[in-house]
Amino acid sequence: MTATANREMRGDPDGLGALGARVVFDRIEKRYGAVVAVNDVSLDIAPGEFVTLLGPSGSGKTTTLMMLAGFEIPTAGEIYVDDDPIAAVPPYRRNIGMVFQNYALFPHMTVGENIAFPLQMRRMSRAEIASKTGEVLELVGLPGYEGRYPRQLSGGQQQRVAVARALVFNPRVLLMDEPLGALDKQLRERLQLEIKALHEQLGVTIIYVTHDQEEALIMSDRIAVMNEGLIEQFGQPTDLYDEPATRFVADFIGESNFIDGTLTQHDGATACVDVSGLGELHAPARPGYAAGTVVALTVRPEKIVAAENGSAPGMNAVAGVVEDVVFVGEMRRYVVRMPGGQRLVLKAQNRIGVQNFERGDPIRVCWNVADGRIV
Amino acid sequence: MATLTTEMAAAPREAQSARFAALRRREQWRYLFLLAPALVFLTAFYGYPVASMLMRAFYDPSWGGQNFAPLVEASSTVEVLGLSLPMNVYLRVFWITLQIALVTTVCTLLLGYPVAYALSSISPGRANLLMMLVLIPFWTSILVRSYAWMVLLGQEGIINEALTAAGAIENPIRLLNTRFAVYLGMVHILLPFMILPLYAVMRGIDRNLMRAAGNLGAPPAAVFRRIFLPLSLPGIAAGCLLVFILSLGFYITPQLLGGQRDVMVSMLIQQQVDLLKWGFGSALALVLLVLALVIYLVFTRLLGVERVFGSARA
Ligand SMILES: Nc1ncnc2c1ncn2[C@@H]1O[C@H](COP(=O)(O)OP(=O)(O)O)[C@@H](O)[C@H]1O
Ligand SMILES: [Mg+2]
Repeated sequence: MTATANREMRGDPDGLGALGARVVFDRIEKRYGAVVAVNDVSLDIAPGEFVTLLGPSGSGKTTTLMMLAGFEIPTAGEIYVDDDPIAAVPPYRRNIGMVFQNYALFPHMTVGENIAFPLQMRRMSRAEIASKTGEVLELVGLPGYEGRYPRQLSGGQQQRVAVARALVFNPRVLLMDEPLGALDKQLRERLQLEIKALHEQLGVTIIYVTHDQEEALIMSDRIAVMNEGLIEQFGQPTDLYDEPATRFVADFIGESNFIDGTLTQHDGATACVDVSGLGELHAPARPGYAAGTVVALTVRPEKIVAAENGSAPGMNAVAGVVEDVVFVGEMRRYVVRMPGGQRLVLKAQNRIGVQNFERGDPIRVCWNVADGRIV
Repeated sequence: MATLTTEMAAAPREAQSARFAALRRREQWRYLFLLAPALVFLTAFYGYPVASMLMRAFYDPSWGGQNFAPLVEASSTVEVLGLSLPMNVYLRVFWITLQIALVTTVCTLLLGYPVAYALSSISPGRANLLMMLVLIPFWTSILVRSYAWMVLLGQEGIINEALTAAGAIENPIRLLNTRFAVYLGMVHILLPFMILPLYAVMRGIDRNLMRAAGNLGAPPAAVFRRIFLPLSLPGIAAGCLLVFILSLGFYITPQLLGGQRDVMVSMLIQQQVDLLKWGFGSALALVLLVLALVIYLVFTRLLGVERVFGSARA
């Protein structure tokens, strides 16, 4: 969809703040005494992009958003919105929408008054405010809810009001801090799609925070994985899943096996990892790793198959013993104990022609060398 | 499992709900039981004497309303909104009392609000420590504190001595036995009663709301006026009510610090008792009590009891 079409759809053909802004974090750091909450974070977010900050609790996601919103001041670095540094701009002049973790709806104001608030602060006329309020409530699927108080709404409805209030003044950047964290799974999944649809319709730049990797994978154009204040990796969902940069990313996103070993040979296209008690396994070579380093070879459980004769070239093959079997409906999840004591998890589809194993059975598993990765 | 199911099916539902109702009643009785000792004590040693004392307004010296007559007898009149109302020395005392209570309430609010705001904005641990400082005056009796003000404000008091020594004034200025001294003493004594409810309500205000308001484009003054102030209203209401009603009955402080004209109702009552005019004293006490009750009811009705004593989260 073109930018103009986007604007026309919103009834804003002159594009006054209608489309997303570029946001750049340039080596941002935030310390609280000895605690480094955010450590040397650099991000370049394109106009209209949907970027998620993903990481466990305490990894610095909220602090990063708060610095962009202006409630925390970085101890080092600068943030740019459309190439303008914003460090000296107070929060109320930044024109950045934000949906807070617990929505932060004003309890003493009705839904209509909550949504009118940012417009009143911008000195809009009464008629304009009324029409915009009605429009945005329509947009989030709550037409006619102006007169209700926040406490009279369900969690999902409060969430929509918070989104409406953050969007009504046409901000060019929208921040959302775990906006679905308090909702049940079904509602969460529905709202994920609704937020995604809103994003496509409005073209606003969204910076979204969550600790739920599935949510991040579903919604984002790009994901920044955060851990202890650092960005471990910034990339598209498929990149993060298929080519995790670090062990943390491989572990945090999806399920991964880690086989610890030592890099014996690392040249050309293939790397050799010596695993004690098991022998050599292969994986694609990665720049920046030298022979002799202790590494882990990581491989996704669904990439491993049980096979009688899997020693074809370009495959890693390991003989082991089934230690545990869990039936998960559409598949079986095996834990295999390999020679040397390390364990491997694999998922076998429940299909005709796939052999089933029981606990204690000997098993031969193999995976494509290209599916493995050194971290 | 099987026996349990059959048993439950056999038990009629009415019998079951009757049993639950009995349990609920027993629960209620238990709460009443907890209240009983305090209730008995208050009824016997407070409720009865107060009631019998107030009854004297009607039968001392004889059954009738003559004890209230001095209050409505006009020695002069005042014009209020075009109405000419009776005025006499006793009504004037009520008027002064209301005036002192009102000024005291407004001053404690103006002084207490910023303190409560600051206390509610710092970490709870440090706030508790500072709250101790707010409460320290409670450890000294009102009498001692009023005497302390006399030492400070007297003709040969510390303030006058210091000002004279510094050459700022030639003759000592009159500080003690003025309305100003009454306000000073009462505000000092009542300030914690304003700060405590304000603090409790302000602590409950989610500070994210103020961040949200800022994010939506409100400069700090607007954040305060549109968000924090309205949400702190329950604390303002509770604090003002408490201070105002406590002020109405003040006796020692205005007696010691006030001038001849700063007579409050409680002092008037004391005079009547000294003169053994128990009936008129009771009538004055009754009117003061009714006045306090009416103010309480109007105030809570106007703002809603939940707003006054409820939480800020509404
Ligand atoms: N105001 C603060 N004072 C001290 N430490 C803080 C403060 N805010 C956040 N932190 C610390 O910074 C780190 C990151 O916090 P936060 O950004 O809230 O993480 P997340 O949102 O990812 O859960 C945590 O270790 C937290 O304890
Ligand atoms: Mg957070």
